[in-house]
This record gives sequence, structure tokens and C-alpha cells, in this order.
Amino acid sequence: MSIEANEEFKPKIVAFCCNWCSYAGADLAGSSRLGYPADVKIIRVPCSCRVNPMFILRAFEKGADGVILCGCHPGDCHYSTGNFYARRRMTMLFSMLDYIGVENGRTRVEWVSAAEGVKFSTTMNEFVEKIHSLGKNVRLGDLRCRN
Amino acid sequence: MQRIGVFVCHCGSNIAATVDVKKVAEWALKEPGVVHAEDYPYMCSEAGQSKIQAAIKEKNLTGVVVCSCSPRMHETTFREAAERAGINPYMVEIANIREHCSWIHKDMEEATKKAVILMRAAVAKVNLNTPLKPGESRVTKRALVIGGGIAGIQTALDIAEAGYKVDIVEKTPSIGGRMSQLDKTFPTLDCSACILTPKMVEVNKHENVNIYTYSEVEKVSGFVGDFTVDIRKKARSVDMDKCTGCGVCQEKCPSKKTPSEFNRALNTRTAIYTPFAQAIPNVPVIDREACIKFKTGKCGICEKVCQAGAIKYDQEDEIITEKYGAIVVATGFDMIKLDNYDEYAYSQSKDVITSLELERIMNAAGPTKGHLERLSDGKAPKEMVFIQCVGSRCSDDRGKSYCSKICCMYTAKHAMLIRDKYPDVNVTVFYIDVRTPGKNFDEFYRRAVEDYGVNYIKGQVGKVIPQPDGKLLVRGVDLIDNKQILKEADMVVLAAAIEPNKDVRKIATMLTASIDTNNFLTEAHAKLRPVESPTAGIFLSGVCQGPKDIPETVSQAGAAAVKAIGLLAKDKLMTNPCTAKPDELMCNGCSQCANVCPYGAISYEVKEINDHGVRETRRVASVNSALCQGCGACTVTCPSGAMDLQGFSNRQILAEVDAICR
Repeated sequence: MSIEANEEFKPKIVAFCCNWCSYAGADLAGSSRLGYPADVKIIRVPCSCRVNPMFILRAFEKGADGVILCGCHPGDCHYSTGNFYARRRMTMLFSMLDYIGVENGRTRVEWVSAAEGVKFSTTMNEFVEKIHSLGKNVRLGDLRCRN
Repeated sequence: MQRIGVFVCHCGSNIAATVDVKKVAEWALKEPGVVHAEDYPYMCSEAGQSKIQAAIKEKNLTGVVVCSCSPRMHETTFREAAERAGINPYMVEIANIREHCSWIHKDMEEATKKAVILMRAAVAKVNLNTPLKPGESRVTKRALVIGGGIAGIQTALDIAEAGYKVDIVEKTPSIGGRMSQLDKTFPTLDCSACILTPKMVEVNKHENVNIYTYSEVEKVSGFVGDFTVDIRKKARSVDMDKCTGCGVCQEKCPSKKTPSEFNRALNTRTAIYTPFAQAIPNVPVIDREACIKFKTGKCGICEKVCQAGAIKYDQEDEIITEKYGAIVVATGFDMIKLDNYDEYAYSQSKDVITSLELERIMNAAGPTKGHLERLSDGKAPKEMVFIQCVGSRCSDDRGKSYCSKICCMYTAKHAMLIRDKYPDVNVTVFYIDVRTPGKNFDEFYRRAVEDYGVNYIKGQVGKVIPQPDGKLLVRGVDLIDNKQILKEADMVVLAAAIEPNKDVRKIATMLTASIDTNNFLTEAHAKLRPVESPTAGIFLSGVCQGPKDIPETVSQAGAAAVKAIGLLAKDKLMTNPCTAKPDELMCNGCSQCANVCPYGAISYEVKEINDHGVRETRRVASVNSALCQGCGACTVTCPSGAMDLQGFSNRQILAEVDAICR
């Protein structure tokens, strides 16, 4: 598997971005032409606290190699406290994912403000690189969905 | 089953240059529910919108996906277009294939593949969209302005002139802000107080304006059109209604050793004080930390000398709760602390000062009564050196990365004023670049150089070394002649960077307004919505948004006022229909959702539930859609999965995840 990974491994990466900070940060990365690999696909959510652990499990089940959640910086949440909930929930979820063998590196929470286009781009570059180093994720794959 | 139309925008070449738009449209037709797909150079144009509307009518579309720029740009445009064609606006979704695809990828094949996937995710979502109807909320016809500097004053005046009530909350004992500390203003050399104080008087007298000085915003709740704000009116220890402003208390006060905030600690003030002569209101406050009466219980001289009987030692802080429709932030700026720049000897020598301190020294009401003199020995200086960009345009963590924008101009002003008043004083300015964009600004700077003989040297200063004889040895470099410079100076003036007021972070958090890494408040759009915060109902005025000079601040203040007036002029606002909705069959009334709701939007009611023929009376959650802002915290907390968010439902997001991972 690792040989295959070295050849043409195109990871599937889902990024959940909150509407107010990180999605806008991603927009700024775009309008500033700060590139990152096309493997990252963004899903817009109103707040990082909208992200149900179920969504992340589903992504891994459907073959995602990495999932990243981006929200406003702690204290700057558009809804005051949403990202605090997200932080707790994800800490819990990630520790459990680690327990069942999905490495911690495949999941990440990052705070990106609307003004941090550069941070968004570097975060995504780093994350994709990390996923490349980890290789394909097979732990939570739903085999029934594979060809 | 939905009938979905997919519309792929070229955005000129912005998208089409890196994404094969025809292919995206082709692939769209293979998606479930898609009955129509086309591409067009500019979907947002009138013609593009007509194409969408025509397709909706011809093909009986129930849902629309537009593959274009960010939904933050044109979601509203397309939703309104769809509504005009007869379908619910919330049946429209955007696939962001510009900011999140074409602009950041170079390889056409890769970008096209990604665009197809983003399109698929949007189609999968629209397949599960349901029509949503916005509610209505009322607008309180009153505005709050936080900060009473020139920005706040101008905004308040403009709103008040339009006929709406405005409250100004100012932290210090008087309105006036930084501008009241300035001596002269560029590029006209107007006396700052002469142009500011009439405005202060006007705003104070205006029937629609109410000013809370020595007050702070303590708590903000609610949302656009209906904010509830707690204002802490700090105990002044002086009865504002009785005080006549005669000033005898200040003359007689025996505690005279507190550094004057207004004069940048260059001299001292009494414990009972008004910050400056033209202060509004002209009512002193007692600084309880400095007052002998408060510290030891003995004294009470001010009470004895006050003929009006206005001194109230037992006055307490008062909390005022008021409702507002719009809030304007005008919290202004401060100079950075110079602890990181010890090479300039600011902490070692009294004769190394900041520009704002020089401003006070030059002012007739300042610590030296307007005479230019060294603070160490009171002697008149012969050689003055100005150092630019102290903490501005800094590439490391010591200072600020941005240009403070006003320093080049005020230094030219200072240099010119000094050369004008004291022609025998030599003035040298060390600069990196001289930046003078602005009406009549460059002409002003050239006058300083050409007519007033100010010596500008391109290069930075490495060190200022205080000498035993009281002089300052300035060691710098001249980049044009490529040589080291050693210069003896009598005074050194540092153009310290400006930074947002230190309280702005606290205020931004209360308002849930976003803030950037430099603590400047973020505007909703850098070019098109420069005076609005992304948080609805919050507007930005002055330097809290970014460095600016007085003319720019005043224009922005007016712009913020117009935006606030536009909001206050409405009787009702449409509310976001993407609110939480409980499934009463699944809800067991456990209260978890109400515990996490930041808006108190969830309550409980006992209801008769008909669960597939089984009738029972249970406690179930109920969401007040006027209060719910749609964050979704409750949806994840709900242990039974009963709570869902309309417009971002579990099924919709899972469908997007599936489409991306397919």
C-alpha cells in the first residue's frame, strides 16, 4: 500500500469552515491567490459548533483521508461561545478516533480568522503534507461502498 | 424529487481560465435531480440572471445551483433572482469554484475535477433543501456610539441630524479623544482644538444626543435592530446636575501628584480633575485611587470649597440598560508601548519623546505652555532628530507589520512648525520611505523640505546613546550616500506606531464582531463594505478599523452614520430563516439544547404529541425563531438528534460529505 501511496496518492480531505471566520479566511486565501492542494474540499457551516462528530465519522467512513475543522479564534466566535463547544467535542472525538486507530494527524482543529488568508493556506498545505505522510486511510472505510 | 438547474459561471476568465466550465456543466447533467445545466460568461450580470430565471420557468426548476464566486459575494443576488422567477430563495445554493478553486489552483485538469466535486456537493445539498420563510423583527430607533473621539462625535452628529436618538459612551471623563490632544493638524496647520471644540459643543447640545462620559459598555445582548446594552456609569463622585464647573475644587485639591493622562504623563494633575480646559462635560471627576479622602478618610477639602454642594463621595457606579437598533464602534487608537525599542533610549532619557508627547509640548495648554524645551533641563534645543517608523512596518514580532499611515505627515508638520517658530533649530528626519498620499499632502511635505529646510535622511537609526553632558548621540545610516551618521541631538522624537485601543478586544467580543491579528476590527468587505462589521447591525468608525488621519476618519464616520441611519429607517427587518427546529416526536425535553443556546432562544412547553396514533402529553423543546441566530450548537448537543438546523440540516451536510468523498 505504501508503494502505491508514493506513486499517485490523491488524498480526500474535507474541511469544515465556519461561515464567519474561516470560510471568509478561505475566500481571502483565494482572492490573494495563496494556493493549496486541490485535495481540500470545503463545506460551509454556520459555526464550528454545527459540526456534529457524526459528520466527521461519516467522512472517514466514506473514504476521507483527513478531516479538518476551522473556526473563529477562541473568544472571537460570531455566536460568542460556539467554538468552545466545538473544541471540547473535537478533543473528545479525536481521542476516541485515535483509540480505534485513526491517527490523530488525520484530524485537526485550527482557528482561522477572516483576515488570515495566509494562515488558511499554510494550514491546508501543512495538513495535506501530513496526510501524505500518513498515507491512505483504511480504518473507517465502508467496504460496501468500495469498488 | 427536485428538478435542479446548474449554472456555471466563467467569471470572465477568472474561473474559465483554470476550470473547464463546459465540462462542469456536462458532468452536472449526470447528477441526480439535475434537469438543466448551462454555462455563461457572467452569471451575476442581468443577462446571466435572466438565463437562470428563464430556465426556472421553462424547465419548472425547483432548485438552483450556481457554480461561481463565493456565496459571501453573490448568494443574495442569485437568491433574489430565483425568487423573482417564482421559487423560494432558499432553494438556491452556491458552489464556490472561484475563491476555493480556480484562483488557487493552476492545473486545469485538477481544478476542473475539484470544481465538479464542489458542484456535486451543492447539488446533493439542494436535493434536500426545503423552502424557508424569513420572519420579521422590529428595529429600535436608537443608536449607540462607543467612543467619543472625533469619529464618534461625527457619527453621532450625523445620526442625530437625521432625526434618530444617539447615545455616546465615552470611557474618559470628557469627549474629544486623541484629536483634543493634538496641537495643530496637517495639511492646513489648523489649530486642532479650534476645529474640534465647536463639534464637541454641538454634539453636547444636540437634542437627539445623549452623552455618557466616564462610562463603559459592560454587556451587550440581542441582535441587529434589537440590541440590549448595559452601560456602567462609573462613579464620578461629583453631581453632574449641581456642578457649575467653576474649578475651585481643582485649585484647592492637595493631591497633585498623579501623572496627567491628557498630557501623556509629562506633568501632573490633581485628584479631582477635568482632563483639559474645554472638557465636555465641564464636570470634574474624583480619581479615587489618588484622592486623600478615599485613601485615608481625612481631607474633604473639595466638599468644603464647593459652593454648589456637588461633591458626592458616596456616589456609586450606576448600570444603565438601554435598547439600540444599531451600534457604531469608534474606539480609536493609542501609541504602542516602547518597551521593545530600548535602543532609542526612551526609558533612559527624558529628552527622547514620542510624537504625541511633542504635540503636548507644542500646545499652549501643555506642560511647557507651548515652549519647545528639553524636559530634562528646560533648555531650548538646537538640534532635533525625528525617527520614523518606530514599531511600524516591522517584519518581526517587536512591532507592527502595518504602516501607521499618519506619522510621515505629522512629522512633516512638527518639523515645519518647529522651523517656523524656532528658525535656529536644526531638524533632521530619519525615514525609510516618505508616504504622503492624500489631498495636498505631498505638497505639504515638499514645503517642509524645500521652504523650511528640514533635513530628510533616508535610513534608520540604530541607537540613541544618552551622553554624560545631557546630549543624545544618534547613530544612524544614510542609505543614499551609503555612510554611517553620528549626530548629536538635544531632543529625539519617535514616531511610534499606533495600535487599536486596548479595550477594543473586549468590546469586539461583547459585540461578536470580528477582529484581525492586529486588533483592528474587520470590515464586512475590504472594498465594498468598509464601514460595516460582518456582524449585522455593527458599524465601524475611525481608527478602530485601520490607521487613518482626521479627514479619513471624519469621512468614514459619516459613512458609518449613513449605514446606521439606513438600518434605523427600517421599521422591520427580515430575520434569517436558517434557525433550529426540533422534531417533537424525538424530543424528550431534556434541556440540553437550552443549556448551550447563547441566545436563550429555546424554551419548553408541555404539549400533546401524536406519535403515530399514540397520544401522550410531554415536555418538548420550542425554538423562538426571532431569537435563534442559527449557530447550530443545540443540534450537536441534542442526545436524541431531535434538533436540526434549517438550511444546514444533518442530512444536507452529510449529503455534502458523501458527495465530496464519493
